[in-house]
Amino acid sequence: MLGVARGRAHLVNVVDRPLPKGKTEVNLSAFAFLFSELVQYFQTKVNNVNELERKLEEAGYGVGLRVLELLCHREKANRRETRLLGILTFIHSTVWKALFGKQADSLEKATTEEDEYMISEKELLVNRFISVPKDMGQFNCGAYVAGIVKGVLDSAGFPARVTAHFVPIEGQLRPRTTILIKFSPEVMLREQRMG
Amino acid sequence: MATTACFVIVGKNDSPIYESEVGSGPRKDEAAHLHQFVLHASMDIVQDVVWTTQNMYLKVVDKFGDLFVSTYVTAGQAKLMLLHDLKSEDGIKNFFQEVHELYIKILLNPLYVPGSKITSPQFDARVRMLAKKYL
Repeated sequence: MLGVARGRAHLVNVVDRPLPKGKTEVNLSAFAFLFSELVQYFQTKVNNVNELERKLEEAGYGVGLRVLELLCHREKANRRETRLLGILTFIHSTVWKALFGKQADSLEKATTEEDEYMISEKELLVNRFISVPKDMGQFNCGAYVAGIVKGVLDSAGFPARVTAHFVPIEGQLRPRTTILIKFSPEVMLREQRMG
Repeated sequence: MATTACFVIVGKNDSPIYESEVGSGPRKDEAAHLHQFVLHASMDIVQDVVWTTQNMYLKVVDKFGDLFVSTYVTAGQAKLMLLHDLKSEDGIKNFFQEVHELYIKILLNPLYVPGSKITSPQFDARVRMLAKKYL
């Protein structure tokens, strides 16, 4: 049995409690500790680096679809995003603000591919206290954030492949993290039809 | 006051999440099947209408005889569908908005698997209460 506080708040059902206003912030150390535990836990459950990234993505996915529903209700006055650029700026500004307290550093369109977009962050919150050992290769804990982005996009009706990568920047010790978004063909088709 | 109404929530992958018969009309067994049928038939129309507007409330999307289908689609593509026979747009809109809020509260529960059936009796009671108030 978990040590559940037997206060009054505990007795009230979720449907009777008001929705959180989103004004509270969580201590960064507490979050970093919890996140490090999450990574370590998954490490005991997987055989290779790829599986570990999948696990982190799955964990983020659930966050993404909840965050979409909550923020559209709270910040967007119940308007849905139906356009590609709309949902991307929503992620870049609204979602990032709610989760990390600031807008993402940049949102760019890939120069080579029509269906690829990138959200970059110099110092991604989840990566702040993480350094990846050499033998883990390209592993990036930003996979968790990639999962969040995928969750938002998928449930809003924009299925996409989302991955996190380190991109070195000149004159800086730490590489930045880029979240690469590649939309499914049906999303691009719909966008074309909508003009 | 709508005499008869059927309310369903359908998930993103067209999985039923919640359903209930609301309203005060006399109930006939064959009517229940008809209601289900009409609601299912209007899903295709919703699928098309959903990308034409940013509003969540899509108003009446389909009708069958004297039955109307009103729909509300949330950001996460969950469809709230109400089958009713009397038009009271404002009431229905308020009903949808409040049920939407309840749905978010259920969704935020980490132990609720998104897309699965909502079994909470409190949720059911709240929805019936809102139906009494607005429909």
